Amino acid sequence: MAIDIQMPALSPTMEEGTLAKWMVKEGDTVSSGDVLAEIETDKATMEVESIDEGVVGRIVVAEGTENVKVGTVILQLLEDGEDASALSSPAAAAPQAAPAASPEPAPTPAAAPVRKAAPPEPSIPTNIKMVELTVRDALRDAMAEEMRRDPHVFVMGEEVAEYQGAYKVTRGLLDEFGAKRVVDTPITEHGFAGIGVGAAMGGLKPIVEFMTFNFAMQAIDHIINSAAKTLYMSGGQMRCPIVFRGPNGAASRVGAQHSQDYSSWYAHVPGLKVIAPYDAADAKGLLKAAIRDPNPVVFLEHELLYGETFEVPDMDDFLIPIGKAKVRREGADVTIVAHSRMVGRSLEAADILAGQGIDAEVIDLRTLRPLDTDTVIESVKKTNRIVCAEEGWGQHGVGAEISAVVTQEAFDYLDAPPARVHQEDVPLPYAANLEALSLPGVQKVVEAARKVCYKD
Amino acid sequence: MRYLTAIYFISELMRGIMAKKAKSPKTNKAELTDYYRDMLLIRRFEEKAGQLYGMGQIAGFCHLYIGQEAVVVGMRHAMKEGDQMITSYRDHGHMLACGMTARGVMAELTGRIGGYSRGKGGSMHMFSVEKNFYGGHGIVGAQVPIGAGLGFANKYLENGAVSLAFFGDGAANQGQVYETFNMAELWDLPVVFIIENNQYAMGTSVERSSAETELYKRGISFGIEGVQVNGMDVLAVREAGKKAIKHARDGKGPMILEMKTYRYRGHSMSDPAKYRTRDEVKEVREERDPIDQVKERLIEEGWADQDSLKAIDKEIKAIVSDSADFALESPEPDPSELYTDVLLEA
Repeated sequence: MAIDIQMPALSPTMEEGTLAKWMVKEGDTVSSGDVLAEIETDKATMEVESIDEGVVGRIVVAEGTENVKVGTVILQLLEDGEDASALSSPAAAAPQAAPAASPEPAPTPAAAPVRKAAPPEPSIPTNIKMVELTVRDALRDAMAEEMRRDPHVFVMGEEVAEYQGAYKVTRGLLDEFGAKRVVDTPITEHGFAGIGVGAAMGGLKPIVEFMTFNFAMQAIDHIINSAAKTLYMSGGQMRCPIVFRGPNGAASRVGAQHSQDYSSWYAHVPGLKVIAPYDAADAKGLLKAAIRDPNPVVFLEHELLYGETFEVPDMDDFLIPIGKAKVRREGADVTIVAHSRMVGRSLEAADILAGQGIDAEVIDLRTLRPLDTDTVIESVKKTNRIVCAEEGWGQHGVGAEISAVVTQEAFDYLDAPPARVHQEDVPLPYAANLEALSLPGVQKVVEAARKVCYKD
Repeated sequence: MRYLTAIYFISELMRGIMAKKAKSPKTNKAELTDYYRDMLLIRRFEEKAGQLYGMGQIAGFCHLYIGQEAVVVGMRHAMKEGDQMITSYRDHGHMLACGMTARGVMAELTGRIGGYSRGKGGSMHMFSVEKNFYGGHGIVGAQVPIGAGLGFANKYLENGAVSLAFFGDGAANQGQVYETFNMAELWDLPVVFIIENNQYAMGTSVERSSAETELYKRGISFGIEGVQVNGMDVLAVREAGKKAIKHARDGKGPMILEMKTYRYRGHSMSDPAKYRTRDEVKEVREERDPIDQVKERLIEEGWADQDSLKAIDKEIKAIVSDSADFALESPEPDPSELYTDVLLEA
């Protein structure tokens, strides 16, 4: 039997990739360690080495093929003494489950509910054309547009320039803006966050990228003590217009130190604005607004959303106001409040709930500070029930704050105690089953909504 | 500049031998009188602040600069218009040297609306965009990367300015200082790092806290030139400052100046000073005081006499006394100030 070589997973979150180039051709003899192909992932272009020895029997996936799922057979290798007759039709054309796929049980909507369209963004003209864009490219476009508009805007961080971004969010910026404005830093979060703050005080508008917010813990002193407090401590004199951005929260199977959600940490601090968008349009419109904002802004992205595609208005100057939540799905029975990746899960949960006769309203907070409690309160006055969903820990979390505000300000409207969905109160485990048990998924949102509706 | 040279001319002074006549750079009546006045203002201002603290008019943390005056005054006179200063929480002297008013600084110490931060910052947190003073930072070492960031902005904006980042021997052991050294040299940032080595990080002497006590050598592994300077000699400070600032302004990157100095008072007002003897302080005050040295030189050169010096003393006392009156008369901030200056309108 020929050896089937499959599309490898080259990063924790990779689900598919582009077969950029074959380094071997049919008939070549390969030994262990020989480079077979170059694979382009969402993060980088990588070489794939053979771990087997043999003769290339058949190249199954042609050079240049995009979106090749992890697990797809891309090449068949003939072992010693085999000939072409040993080549079978590749069994794994249907790919194995990608390792990054969420182990959560697939939701089973009873009847296919029609998702109610969210009301249009007030700032978007209704006749505008929409284009499909990934969150990753929307963020890149936002930075590029603002850098074209204002020569004082620059981006700094680890691997933002020559590597084109650890997650490719800054791809292409070095080519367009040059090394003066796209600055690769050493691995020194504390130091370059401080340099960014100083540059902001000195009249520039830095975008400081953290490879992930997990590493920003080394820099949190400058984010809070130096950036957030200085305007106040200087009696309004010293400005610090800076954006700290990067992926936040759990990626996939990367363990406790690389999977933390800092939403409530930063949202706790006066003097900061904190944004955590879900879709590509919000990512773009809010990042542009953050870059223009005269205050320090913490912009929390999500690695698992980078590759997701959404519609984005095709406008020259598309800005979304900071501090405004968005009703993503209208409903009458229960309000689900979420931000970042939990918005998608909450929308899925709402679909399932619709099949069970529960009409859920889904609010995307988008900004965590200032917090748009008005939109939440208005919704609760209508639905009389609330579920707060977040990826971080529950204690002192975003949901705890929303629950407190709703209890204080809409107590008489509540027909059930507010419910919270969040990560289990443990460091995020590595094992697939334990990780799935720890993270809040669609099913937990469904269960919480059913509970506040007294359906269980 | 990837080589390192170090000029080391402090040891004889540490043994109490005065070398000022042999080595003091050229000066003249006008500038030396200016330096005398600038240093005396800081000394008298700090003494007054200490007094007001004792009376309960100043609260919280209050770190006095007495003894170190030559460092900031010497550096101030090496700077050009547009150059910036940033320092730690021991910042009153730097603000006065930058030309911020004694009234505004003292009223901030008393927590009044007339203070530079409208009473919201206190001793450790004052700024003046107008005078290019960027704080006033309470976290040990934090001002070092921020100062380099000012240098980053200067280079980016091509404004020709140099940023002066002051920090103490205590901060010199902070990790972020070395992260900053690395980037500042890597990117040739126009910044000068001034280590005010007053020998004690709170109560811990340099010998007890530092594996390498020659702090000007701390840039060696980054290729940053370091110089040790007699920080009790305002002219020596100025000369070293001029060279380092020129180096940075010429695009050659940062330099480190280790200023060997001494603080006469405790780390803060609540320091019992059990870590050193009274005799040690007394000896420095009597033999190496930066203000007395200038005073003696002024007299020796015939540029001043007791009467003219008394007139300066009187003038300084009037400024300080006026600042104290202002600081006590200025009202506390209006309660509405509680909620202002948190965020700027977008």
